[in-house]
Amino acid sequence: MIVELGHFALIVAFAVAIVQTLVPLIGAWKGWSGWMAVASPAATAQVALVAFSFAALTYAFVTSDFSLQLVVLNSHTDKPMLYKVSGVWGNHEGSLLLWVLILALFGAAAAWFGGQLPATLKARVLAVQASVGVAFYAFILFTSNPFTRLEVPPFNGEDLNPLLQDPGLAFHPPFLYLGYVGLSMAFSFAVAALLEGKVDAAWGRWVRPWTLAAWLFLTVGIALGSWWAYYELGWGGFWFWDPVENASFMPWLIAAALLHSAIVVEKREALKAWTILLAILAFGFSLIGTFIVRSGVLTSVHAFANDPERGVFILMILGFFTGGALLLYAVRAPVMQAKGVFGVVSRESALVANNLLLAVSCFVVFIGTIWPLVAELAFDRTLSVGPPFFDAAFTPFVIALAAILPLGSILPWKRGRAAALRNLIPVAILALAVTGLVWAMQTGNSLGGPLGAGLGVWLVAGALVDLATRTGRGRWSERLGRVTRLPGADWGKALAHGGLGITIFGVAALTAWQQEEIAVLDIGDTLTLGRYEVVLNDVTRVQGPNYFATRADLTAYEDGSELGHLFPEKRIYPVAQMPTTEAGIDSGITRDVYAVIGDAQTGGGWAVRVYIKPFANWIWGGAIIMALGGVVSLTDRRYRVAAGARRQRLDGVPAE
Amino acid sequence: MRAALFAAFVMLASPALAVEPGEILADPVLEERARDLSKGLRCLVCRNESIDESSAELARELRVLVRERLVAGDTDAQVIDFLVARYGEYVLLNPTTGGSNMILWIAPLVLLLLGGTVAVVAITRQRAPGETLNAAEEAQLKALMDDESKG
Repeated sequence: MIVELGHFALIVAFAVAIVQTLVPLIGAWKGWSGWMAVASPAATAQVALVAFSFAALTYAFVTSDFSLQLVVLNSHTDKPMLYKVSGVWGNHEGSLLLWVLILALFGAAAAWFGGQLPATLKARVLAVQASVGVAFYAFILFTSNPFTRLEVPPFNGEDLNPLLQDPGLAFHPPFLYLGYVGLSMAFSFAVAALLEGKVDAAWGRWVRPWTLAAWLFLTVGIALGSWWAYYELGWGGFWFWDPVENASFMPWLIAAALLHSAIVVEKREALKAWTILLAILAFGFSLIGTFIVRSGVLTSVHAFANDPERGVFILMILGFFTGGALLLYAVRAPVMQAKGVFGVVSRESALVANNLLLAVSCFVVFIGTIWPLVAELAFDRTLSVGPPFFDAAFTPFVIALAAILPLGSILPWKRGRAAALRNLIPVAILALAVTGLVWAMQTGNSLGGPLGAGLGVWLVAGALVDLATRTGRGRWSERLGRVTRLPGADWGKALAHGGLGITIFGVAALTAWQQEEIAVLDIGDTLTLGRYEVVLNDVTRVQGPNYFATRADLTAYEDGSELGHLFPEKRIYPVAQMPTTEAGIDSGITRDVYAVIGDAQTGGGWAVRVYIKPFANWIWGGAIIMALGGVVSLTDRRYRVAAGARRQRLDGVPAE
Repeated sequence: MRAALFAAFVMLASPALAVEPGEILADPVLEERARDLSKGLRCLVCRNESIDESSAELARELRVLVRERLVAGDTDAQVIDFLVARYGEYVLLNPTTGGSNMILWIAPLVLLLLGGTVAVVAITRQRAPGETLNAAEEAQLKALMDDESKG
């Protein structure tokens, strides 16, 4: 019964979204305030209805209601509770329900917190947001209904894909979707602004927090996914340039560009048309990502051909919204005239360079991702585009971005002089010194490691110098006091840029200096790898709630002193008929000791593989610091002060 | 034969590590070359995995094949040519620069140059509204000036 109510609520939400699209749009066009006012309550009703629908599906999963097809295909009574809940979005239908829930949530948030928005802009934003909802409700209800019942319910389910039964991956999709779908706000604001024919500083101030929120959720989501791949897939890779990964990375790159260009709109009223275009592209890439992941077109063209219904539907959604918005852009963009002018040497110019590099690097990922498809359809060549291409084509952009970042962030607005960069000279010397030192110290002659270390120092020290210059002049004690009172935006900027430096260093160090050893060990044998030794103590069979495992007990030593025990496992999930590996990891600040257990060898003993992964945790640590920078920036008082100032003026008109 | 069958059965039953201890060549220089080559070759039955990372049976066969060719004295290029002749260019994770693939490699560079040019031109040519007058404003100014001179 609850399940049917959930289905019904979704249908009602679909109807509400149609109303929310049409009525406020007409209201804003004709200037009827009553019609425009429909948007806010409709947005609230929509989120309540979808939330109920989502709760109903969750209830079916938690209670293992096997009369529901989706539960049968993705759950099992023995599955731990965490994965019963995460199973709700661990499949196509449920993940789309999560998608529309978050979409409705963002729409409602704009309705609740958008009190200061001009009435027509608010009505249009909510209408555009609802129109995206209409498309996705239709997609769910007509092609991917999660509430399909079975006539004869089986006794038990078929279990969730064991790779997904992991805490890292349980929370990966919600964060990713908060990011993907969060970009819909930027899109709605962009389309609404095109309809209004007006973009000003206030618009920039409105769009930025939404984009920032979306970007930071994407950052966390991508980091979680990368961390999961690192410990779960069994060889400690952290990024594979897989189409599904690229699908989340492209909107991240464009969102990062959008964040920076929206600052220029807000502070200097320039780059308006470009910012609008980025906002459309950011959500466009979110839709492309959804298409790539949900249609399976890039994993196999044939999988797509066998079940084209869903893929074609998403392609139509993608074409309608991106194409429609771009068409509107082509017609209306000339109206957006810049007010602020800036010199060639200025922060604005540096941000243009940042945008150019981010946008083209996104294009690199895009063309690499779709090239196999293009080559097959257009040139009849079946080929692969793998990590070697992306590493070669993408890395130069990262280096260029990191190289100009501290320079741009310290330049003044409008018209800067190269003299403003004086403060960075010591940082540049330090970064070069570190590069040389690391080059001299390392064994082997990789260029990536020293370069990564140099860029890391350049970014982190550059961010610190940026903070220091913000405190102005005076005695150090005064400046130290002032630095704690700097606005959240300044701290957020320093954190995000420093975090990027840490991630770049982690990636470079791990790639350059990773060590690996494979050996057959009997119980009691020792594997030696540089300064590290690993002893195989025991191998046992273990039974988990819904799997069997072969678990090795290893002791790791560093320079002869014990680090602790590692317990790598090889699991078999009998219901899903799938094996997984669980690495045994001794995490450290400067390195991870990473062990995997393999097969029992026919000649006796076990295959054991051990890696030393230098600075591995810095990759995700840097990403978390970046996201934290986003959070700190969002707490900036100025967003609220601006809101308050408006109200004060309204109250403060003296009666005469 | 039965031993081989048994080994195959074990492999299928529980895929484990990528590179197995038994596959490793005694010569560390050759082994290093084999590993580097393996990282650029696709496991044809996997989803976006190199044969160096994959635990599939086919990946193991390809790893052994690469090592056999190296031991027989092939250069890296000869090994790659051999595999492409056998499996097509689908096996290469690093796409060639030949033919239509030129577009793949060049397009980002072209876009960067194009975007850079547009940006530089736009920055150097920008003019704020109000710095110059449009036709209507010119006329208005003229009218005002005429009024002044008359009055």
